[in-house]
Amino acid sequence: MEFQSCVKIINEWDIVAARQLGRNVAKELGFGTVDQARITTAISELARNIYLYAGQGRVCIEKLYENGKSGLLIIASDEGPGIPDVRKVMEDGFSTSGGLGAGLPGVKRLMDEFDLDTNVGKGTEIRATKWLR
Amino acid sequence: MESRENLEEKYREALSNYLKEQTEQALYQGQKYSRKTIEHKISPEEIISFHKSTLMDTYEDLPDEVLHSLDFLLEVMMGYGIAYREHQNLKHLQQELKSEIEIAANVQHTLLGTHIPKVKDLEIGAISVPARHMNGDYYHFVQDENQCVGVAIADVIGKGIPAALCMSMIKYAMDSLPDHRHFPKSVLESLNRVVERNVDPSMFITMFYGLFDPETHIFSYASAGHEPGFYYDAEKKEFTDLTARGLLLGVEKKTQYEQYEKYVAPGDMIVLMSDGVTECRTSEGFIERNTLIEFIEKNMHLSAQEMVNNIYKQLEKMQHFQLRDDFTLIILKRNV
Repeated sequence: MEFQSCVKIINEWDIVAARQLGRNVAKELGFGTVDQARITTAISELARNIYLYAGQGRVCIEKLYENGKSGLLIIASDEGPGIPDVRKVMEDGFSTSGGLGAGLPGVKRLMDEFDLDTNVGKGTEIRATKWLR
Repeated sequence: MESRENLEEKYREALSNYLKEQTEQALYQGQKYSRKTIEHKISPEEIISFHKSTLMDTYEDLPDEVLHSLDFLLEVMMGYGIAYREHQNLKHLQQELKSEIEIAANVQHTLLGTHIPKVKDLEIGAISVPARHMNGDYYHFVQDENQCVGVAIADVIGKGIPAALCMSMIKYAMDSLPDHRHFPKSVLESLNRVVERNVDPSMFITMFYGLFDPETHIFSYASAGHEPGFYYDAEKKEFTDLTARGLLLGVEKKTQYEQYEKYVAPGDMIVLMSDGVTECRTSEGFIERNTLIEFIEKNMHLSAQEMVNNIYKQLEKMQHFQLRDDFTLIILKRNV
């Protein structure tokens, strides 16, 4: 593991800290402003989900180097209630209709790779990667 | 497909032109540009970034605040960018759904297909148009070995796909009725049993069934709560309601239907319809049955098929080409 740092998400201010961490790493890796904004928005969404639905958890940011490419990996994990119907939350229009923000489909679109593991009653881990072009 | 760099270059050009001279022509370039970026799925935050880099390259001494403000604007636009992409995807999904429904409508068309039989002394015209893609109205003609012709018209309460699915069942229930003569009363009674057993209790079907005997010229009929049709008496030049009492299909297992009979004299007409015809809503409210009669009279000189086509066209126009309910109209006319 090249580099990883984490922010605990307990209250709303921690969302800002997670964003800041993500932005710093994105800048270091050389992402442009638009991609920086996409990465931080994704982090915001994931951190906010933890804050709203799991109560607490953490967001970790990792630098990736693979086949000459560099990238940024967000890992958002919690030990909350889990997601009973993943297909539903991954559906467009499901979370946004209630004004809940971008939702997971939004995060998926902002990033290049997206992976979700969830167990009802145990928690959720979401990994999302953006590669530097 | 034009590359992103190319589009950024175009933005730079268009913006520089406008900054040089604030003409309508330059603004028009901007409008054309936005059409292009939409086509290339460029999201709003990217355009702000184009804007910022153009300003930075054009003016060396821009105050930092201006640049910072653009970063802030970009952040604000992120949400719109996400909503935009979601919208694109939903549009795509809607397109898919639409073509799926179109295929289903074609399948339905084939399933429920019927053809108008040739009957001695009787001319038949029929039209059925769905309000949306799929039709919740249904009409069907059967001719038995005695040349008697049966006509069924049915309407599911409700429209769209659920209604259409329900209608397919009616069609197959009718096909499986014994082949011997279809007495209206017994047709409705057996269909009622099928509907009662198989359809969701919240779904009701109205139906009219008539049987014309070309030898005796007797039209016998029964109705399960269906919109009453008209009977035109050519001798008296008079329209009367073709009323028949009977409960909707699917309400009560043991419903009995009454059967009525009418001698059809030369020139007489039977008009059958679904409530989509009487519930045509114009700016002045629902059309009156009298208005409908006027339409029929106006077209009476035509053949039965031309009559139903014309009446449909005229009613469609009256409600500004927006059907609120499935529309079915059938005219049986005894030749003079």
